[in-house]
Amino acid sequence: MTDVLANPLAARDHARAMAGTVVEAMPVLPPVADDLPEGVSPDDLVWEETIAPGGYATRRLTRGSRLRLIDLKGDACASLLVFNAEMPTERLNVADTVKVQWNAYLGAGKLLLSDMGRVLMSFLSDEAGTHDAFCGTSNAASNEAKYGAGANSGPYPNGRDRFLLGVAKHGLQRRDVHPCVNLFKGTRIEEDGTITPLVGPFAPCRSLVLRAEMDVIVVIANCPHVLDPRAEWSITPLRATAWRGHVTPADDPIRSATPEGLRAFENVEDYFRR
Amino acid sequence: MSADPHLSGLSGTVVHDAIVPARAPWLHHVAAGQTLRIVDLEGNQAVDFLIYSAADDAERYSAQDTVAAQGNLFLRQGTVLRSNEGRPMMTIADTSVEYHDTIGGACSCESNTLRYGHHTKSEHACVENFLEANLTQGRGKRDIVSNINFFMNVPVEADGSLGIVDGISAPGLTVDLRAEMDVIVVVSNCPQINNPCNGFNPTPVRMIVTAA
Repeated sequence: MTDVLANPLAARDHARAMAGTVVEAMPVLPPVADDLPEGVSPDDLVWEETIAPGGYATRRLTRGSRLRLIDLKGDACASLLVFNAEMPTERLNVADTVKVQWNAYLGAGKLLLSDMGRVLMSFLSDEAGTHDAFCGTSNAASNEAKYGAGANSGPYPNGRDRFLLGVAKHGLQRRDVHPCVNLFKGTRIEEDGTITPLVGPFAPCRSLVLRAEMDVIVVIANCPHVLDPRAEWSITPLRATAWRGHVTPADDPIRSATPEGLRAFENVEDYFRR
Repeated sequence: MSADPHLSGLSGTVVHDAIVPARAPWLHHVAAGQTLRIVDLEGNQAVDFLIYSAADDAERYSAQDTVAAQGNLFLRQGTVLRSNEGRPMMTIADTSVEYHDTIGGACSCESNTLRYGHHTKSEHACVENFLEANLTQGRGKRDIVSNINFFMNVPVEADGSLGIVDGISAPGLTVDLRAEMDVIVVVSNCPQINNPCNGFNPTPVRMIVTAA
């Protein structure tokens, strides 16, 4: 084999011959999606990518963009970090998210709040209903203990190390990896505080749509939930699709659903008043 | 000479003993093996609490790693307080309060505008204390992450309803934390006056560090 690739032009031809290869987990450029919701123009599509089991992806999304996530085979776990793209010291605050909304569980109509009293993203729709704001993601030590390995370079990458690579692509560091939310894999909190994991596997193709309420950076890791009780490292591909959309108008039902949420939107609108 | 009841049950030598005034920050290095006792002097005073590894302050307390590792939201006697790398930072060696909170976060000027209205924006808040203390050592806003709320009570109901409710602490109750590594502890003696976490009246707490 090496004889064939013994000179640069042969190596170039070999590399170029790979073009057009299609695999399950990859971005599609330019983005194409044949299942956009009614009323969404294909011209507004900005991102189409399937994230590998154990993989990660990041994207900067403009205010008003919609981000649809689909758990293609029923066993994805979308661990999500969210930053204000223009000032990444502002980021998702999971404690404020549950405390300000007086509820532990995420779902349709709920808000993802920043540590500056603003709403970063809102849940426009949610077919899953099983999400988790409490457990965070796996780390090298927890994957090592559970699966015998956890490194990015090994067969069972952990969520934290995926996040570290993802934030680094935006110039961010270890101290920027903040508490995350897990989408598609859920938890239920019992009266004595016991955390019951709800990890399925579920029916294929459950989806949810988030709306960016600010210009955001999202970092998504697709690794098994840290409390997944299965001995095997179990995770399936996650599809991400994003399209442009209108900035939330004053009469939006999610904006005005609660007094606390309304003030979070008012703080966003104040931030963009410049 | 009467014995100091707040030292009851502590062994070793007292190496530090301080009163944190109501509403104030506090920063202290605690060496591996030392024990930090927090005394809720007047009762129902939330003590917002961050931990950093002294050797590498990008390693810090993580509520999510802590609750996931023990499979329970509440911090009780025996709970290991873990870092964002999953390592033990401190252990709750003893506590006379049944459980403590780590999901309620820290009050901030900004979150106060959501919870209570913009008229509270100018009130003092825990994140202000955390920033003030951390800035003395070069840490900033990126370093304000998840925290513990000692002596604070945040139940979660079956439907997910969650909120800061009346405390389960009382005057003189304590929590003892054994350092498992050299740590920097940053505290905000919570100044919040709009919810029951401090009985609507912030009060001083006492910090006692002992070494073997």
